[in-house]
Amino acid sequence: METHLIQMYMRLANEFARTFDSLFHRIQSSMILKFILGLFWHLLHIAVSLVHIWSYVIQQLRCYIISSGLFAKYRNFSLSRLRYLAVIVDSQEAKHTAKIKQLLSWLSAIGVKHVALYDAEGVLKKSIDFGQTRLRDRSAGTCLDGDVNCVTSLCNYEEMSIELLSFTDGKEGIAKAASFLCSDYLKNDSDDCGRTETLFTEANMTKALKAVGYYGPEPDLLLVYGPARCHLGFPPWRLRYTEIMHMGPLKSMKYSAIVKALYDFSKKYQNYGS
Amino acid sequence: MNSTKNNINSRRESLGFFFFFFFLFAQLFSDRRYKAPLLVGSLLCMEKQGGIVTSNLLGSASRLLRKCLFSILSFGPMPTHIAFIMDGNRRYAKKRSIKQGVGHRDGFTTLTSNLKYCYEMGVKYVTVYAFSIDNFKRDSSEVRFLMDLMKEKIDELLKQDSVINRYGARVNFWGNLDLLSEPVRSAAKELMASTASNKGPVLSVCVAYTSADEIMHAVQEVCRERRERLQREHGRVNGMGNETDSDVSVADLEQHFYTAGCPDPDIVIRTSGETRLSNFLLWQSTNSHLQNPVRLWPEFSLRHLIWAILEYQRVYSYLEDTRNLSKKNE
Repeated sequence: METHLIQMYMRLANEFARTFDSLFHRIQSSMILKFILGLFWHLLHIAVSLVHIWSYVIQQLRCYIISSGLFAKYRNFSLSRLRYLAVIVDSQEAKHTAKIKQLLSWLSAIGVKHVALYDAEGVLKKSIDFGQTRLRDRSAGTCLDGDVNCVTSLCNYEEMSIELLSFTDGKEGIAKAASFLCSDYLKNDSDDCGRTETLFTEANMTKALKAVGYYGPEPDLLLVYGPARCHLGFPPWRLRYTEIMHMGPLKSMKYSAIVKALYDFSKKYQNYGS
Repeated sequence: MNSTKNNINSRRESLGFFFFFFFLFAQLFSDRRYKAPLLVGSLLCMEKQGGIVTSNLLGSASRLLRKCLFSILSFGPMPTHIAFIMDGNRRYAKKRSIKQGVGHRDGFTTLTSNLKYCYEMGVKYVTVYAFSIDNFKRDSSEVRFLMDLMKEKIDELLKQDSVINRYGARVNFWGNLDLLSEPVRSAAKELMASTASNKGPVLSVCVAYTSADEIMHAVQEVCRERRERLQREHGRVNGMGNETDSDVSVADLEQHFYTAGCPDPDIVIRTSGETRLSNFLLWQSTNSHLQNPVRLWPEFSLRHLIWAILEYQRVYSYLEDTRNLSKKNE
């Protein structure tokens, strides 16, 4: 009796699997199926949104606790590992220069010395004008290394040096450095293979980037202000071992969130592949 | 008396079948360590009836459930290219108090199952960061072990019944393959050659790869091409070319990357919660959604992959806008 039942169930299951496959293809274009799938898809996304809402609430609580100064660890942590900080801002939000300036003053208050501000469309380069604010030395033509041939905008703001970057400083910068290396390579007439090996090294690319004015130090930490965690074309040559942290939209930026990010960075350990 | 006994038996059978399907569904979403006991649980439910359910039946039932799930996911935008940085094998081994080698092996198992899920979902391109040039700095015994493991797994993939052949996938090996030992290099080249004509999904394995090295390789190739072209046109190179002969554009470089012909990744997932890219696809990930789940790579299962896709779908419209903007910028 039992074995008979088993055999029946096995046959049924096999049949079910086979017919389901063919049925699947047939009713795939059915409107009802689309409606049901859509319903489940929206339900899934509602569940995801609920999880996000919960983590947002936790984050706000944490920010409130940090700003109340309850934990000493958030007040006294070392920034010695942070030599260079980069901030990526969504181009739409970069138009709010008041927010950008507030962000910079917060960073300055924390003790950051060098900041690179990046936005994909170059809105920051056009709109940031430090003329009215306390300005030390507007040296738009000087690079960090003292080279005169410099394209990126650099200025000082409240004892902090600020570098403004956009999409053209990334891939196009590398292409210009490649042109520089290429012209060097073509000048040499001999078919010297050894020369090829010594010319196309990463160190020489760095020198070429300096020569064409697209050089900058590699940031240790990158804060992303935008709807999603993307680096939006930040210069690839400078992004190799940078810690990337997503801070959310610029309009809801908080001082304590920056403190938390810097604290988390100070606790990170990198073994650089080994 | 007999009829009541039959009633009790049939009720027990239907309960057994209910629990069988419950355990089957549960093991689909569970962690690696719970999968086995849940499968055993489902088998035990059937055992009461005296039958042993074949693995085929379990496998096809799982596949069916996955197919339903993926149909639901496909209602929204699906990524075409997912990249994985498979980080956390050694930490996983330490956590489970097993040998490091076993951790790496579990990592490979996770890779094959995630490949299977991605291909079932319709993700055409999958890229994985298997070994960086920086990883050569590790202990020589570990490097040798990893190279041997790679050779062993490539040989397995060359076999007829591997996941690669089941889906008709094409395999690429990206990186400076000259840095690898001879057996691994030749096995990799053999696998690339044997799958070169496959029209199915694409698996790209980055070995001895860094983004910086890829960019330098592209620059070198462009320069070499220019020199050869000038030599053909003018006979000699020195002083004959124009200023514009040495002009290299972004498009020139992109044509000579290892990734030429492959679309940019939609999602870059780095497991084990680390926030850096470690020299992986820095040029190509301009508009990719960078995700860093806290799970270690060998623990990255179906539900984490589904979560990653759902996160991508949430921000898809923003990513599309930025992609269109950067196309305009170029």
